[in-house]
Amino acid sequence: MTTVAAAVADGWDSYGRIVATLIRVTGDWNLAEDCAQEALAAALERWPRDGVPANPGGWLMTVARNRAVDVLRRAAVEQTKLKEVAMLWEHDSREPAEIDDDRLRLIFTCCHPALALEARVALTLRTVAGVPTADIARAFLVAEPTMTRRITRAKSKIADARIPYRVPGGTALGERLPGVLAVLYLLFTRGYDADGEPAFAAEAIRLARLLATLMPAEPEVSALLALFLLQDSRRHARRDEHGDLVTLDRQDRSRWDHAEIAEGLTVLARTPVEGPYAVQAQIAASHANGTDWPSIAGWYDELARIQPSPIVELNRAVAHGYAYGPAAGLSLLAAARPGLAGYPAAIAVEADLTAKAGDRPRAAGLFRAAAAAAPSEVERRALLARAAEV
Amino acid sequence: MKYMMFVCTDTEPETDESIIPDIHAWVAENDASGRRVLGNQLAEPSAATTVRVRGGEVLLTDGPFAETKEVIVGFDIIECADLDEAIAVAVAHPMAHNGRLELRPYVGQ
Repeated sequence: MTTVAAAVADGWDSYGRIVATLIRVTGDWNLAEDCAQEALAAALERWPRDGVPANPGGWLMTVARNRAVDVLRRAAVEQTKLKEVAMLWEHDSREPAEIDDDRLRLIFTCCHPALALEARVALTLRTVAGVPTADIARAFLVAEPTMTRRITRAKSKIADARIPYRVPGGTALGERLPGVLAVLYLLFTRGYDADGEPAFAAEAIRLARLLATLMPAEPEVSALLALFLLQDSRRHARRDEHGDLVTLDRQDRSRWDHAEIAEGLTVLARTPVEGPYAVQAQIAASHANGTDWPSIAGWYDELARIQPSPIVELNRAVAHGYAYGPAAGLSLLAAARPGLAGYPAAIAVEADLTAKAGDRPRAAGLFRAAAAAAPSEVERRALLARAAEV
Repeated sequence: MKYMMFVCTDTEPETDESIIPDIHAWVAENDASGRRVLGNQLAEPSAATTVRVRGGEVLLTDGPFAETKEVIVGFDIIECADLDEAIAVAVAHPMAHNGRLELRPYVGQ
């Protein structure tokens, strides 16, 4: 027996489908969103009273479609267009592939590189996932009218500059997919970071799961889903009772979400390692499996090869330090030093490796220096605690 | 869909190691495909005259309307199906590699 709450939660899935298809057929983003929202609102009003229909998704689509037909008829839209909308989802009991294509089109359009990165994230949240603008605004620390303008402006640009409503084909897909994945990754970190909005991590996972279903032939999509699941599994163990960050080696592993770990490992097991997300997921999996440092160090060597960056070098130094002793880590850190000037975390890493090498006074000084440069209060407190410990 | 493509200099161009396309080949190809409606190089901004009419009076200023380090050195009007096609045309232009291009759609198309 489906409960009303579960059925409405499932409406999330229908929301994206309705919006995506109505945009393709009408070209009108606002109409598509309004109709999808009205369908969900109608469900919230009627289902508790009349019971959940046998096919909740179909019910929502029918209500949204009829609403769209009403609006378009009043706007005196041409007959052929009206008929096309009126026929939508008429033979939809077996989920034609066309609908899935629409959601992919919507995701690729929202994540088009001609839009500013923050606009892409906001538009994806609003249009694909149906997150209220007020919630998006709160997560981005701006006023709601500012976020409304940002989303409106992005939609106007899509129309004015004619950003195509299409999944790019051939080599263009390979060029554009990393941008889509980067939007999901940013969304996830928004939810996962120290001061983040936890619901966004859940949205990122849902979107990654959807994308992995829609693009089964793209290993980096599945790899991203696995990475999200494995990182998210540690969410509850990352903070202590004061809200302070707990480093991986000190986390209470019984507080990890083992169902999420199992799903992440299953997804990863059938994903070939072909890109940076797969390597990062392998690293996260190594941590979930009891933290095999030599193996993690090897994966960081691979990551430094395919996607070199100062942060990767920093993490590589940490991994080598744990796998082969602090001297190995400090030597890699010294080599990476020129690129790490703007990264306070590099001081904390040096402090940690120095402590492990046994030079306590120097380690304490470095931890204090790292605390002074820390970007958040939570991290500052954690580093001062380490300075007192060593 | 028509786009005005402003061809601009870039005062701090990042080094582009790829092979810079040939402008004559670019013009020939896009003229042949019908995507390039019109276009040309422009004289130095020092040759520009800015014109305003205020209170019925014609006001002329020597030079461009905005003094910037980056200057418009040419333009092309291109006709493309959508922005992705216009971007592909721009990427193949030599000034995308050692200058910068701005794609501006015609209004209300």
